[in-house]
Amino acid sequence: MGNEPATDWPHAVRSVMKSAAALGLVAVIGTALIAGVHKLTAERIAAQERRLVLQRLGEILPPERYDNALHEDRFEFQNEAYFPNGQTVVAYRARREGEPVAVILEFQAVNGYNGKIGLLAGINADGTLTGVRVTSHRETPGLGDPIEAEKSDWIRQFRGKSLANPKPAGWAVRRDGGAFDQFTGATITPRAVVEAIRRALTFFEAQRDMLFNSETQPVNGATS
Amino acid sequence: MNQAVSVRNRDVNYRKIFADGLWHQNTGLVVLLGLCPLLAVTGTAINALGLGLATLLTLLLSNLAVSLARGALRPEIRIPAYVLIIASVVTAIQMLMQAWFYDLYRVLGIFIPLIVTNCAIIGRAESFASRNGPLPSLMDGLATGLGFCISLLALGAFREITGRGTLFSEARLMFGDYGEQLELTLIPGHTGFLLAMLPPGAFIGLGLLVAARNWLDCRRRLVRQANAATNASGTDAPAAT
Repeated sequence: MGNEPATDWPHAVRSVMKSAAALGLVAVIGTALIAGVHKLTAERIAAQERRLVLQRLGEILPPERYDNALHEDRFEFQNEAYFPNGQTVVAYRARREGEPVAVILEFQAVNGYNGKIGLLAGINADGTLTGVRVTSHRETPGLGDPIEAEKSDWIRQFRGKSLANPKPAGWAVRRDGGAFDQFTGATITPRAVVEAIRRALTFFEAQRDMLFNSETQPVNGATS
Repeated sequence: MNQAVSVRNRDVNYRKIFADGLWHQNTGLVVLLGLCPLLAVTGTAINALGLGLATLLTLLLSNLAVSLARGALRPEIRIPAYVLIIASVVTAIQMLMQAWFYDLYRVLGIFIPLIVTNCAIIGRAESFASRNGPLPSLMDGLATGLGFCISLLALGAFREITGRGTLFSEARLMFGDYGEQLELTLIPGHTGFLLAMLPPGAFIGLGLLVAARNWLDCRRRLVRQANAATNASGTDAPAAT
């Protein structure tokens, strides 16, 4: 009776150890697989992400209009009054021979039908919009998603608009008495986008010098 | 060696594996596992196909890995080991998609990592791959994955047609420029049927698909019974005279 645990104990330990070792081996092999795939894909993934940013920037501001490295001349800021919900706004500055040409702001419309709508808006030095694109959203497919440039031309109507055109009262969807169309079945989504763009333009008007003159910050994690 | 061959021949019926995976034990329509992605990404046919193919690939690799490791996995650690294997495979697939199908990856987003939680995959690992050799396990993964992929695609196509009047819209996300030829507008001027696009549409669509499958199954069984009955009476009749 007294001897039994003494003979069983090492056996139990060995059994647990074997299980742990087998599980550890599976973990090691899995980690090795992921590390290998990461090594294989990391460069390509980074290139895909950079391509997406440049492609989007290029859509709202043609590359021939500036001569600086647009996606590197950037800085981040926060401003609760104009860009609510603690969002971080990214500003890309386009310059030609050192002179400011336009600013591209990456920000969010916070009151979409289904959460935040990521926006990219280009604003010329004179305060007119070079264009706007939606970068991310979770609006209802088929109803709210005509805000995407691929799905409809709706977002393209902002090109050339400014706080003077239409007048401030016109910066709303038609249902609210404004100058911008809503689309069938969806008012909340376009309303949120119009309002966010109006705020961005107002901010640009007030902070134009800050936007162009703030110091460039390197992209997160990138070394200078 | 001979014994192993005979065991394999006796135990593995590939016809049955495929019949079960595609029809009798279809993951999406009969076993009703993996409903979270099934309901969430079937808004359009292309999204459904993308997630279906990613799940199929996961099933193939995880079944193969579990089958190869089945001798080493003692019963008490097999579940955590399956989870590790499946999570590794899914993470690798996610990175590969990010590198080569970046646009599709952005559309499917969170549902790629969520493939890990698809019970269908751990279910096949436990009930098939842990008891069978690598080749049958691969075939089982293929059959189950295809069954799941087809039910996803059917639901996605149904919801896209009723909800938006299109089929394979945004096919370029997956097939590049060639995909644009696949994009069809079946109902021009469709103004959008909200119910089909929203989550309730997924439940209703799934219900209709399950009903359709069961109806086909029932009808086939009745036909077979009727045939058996006429055959039986056909042989009975001469015997009676």
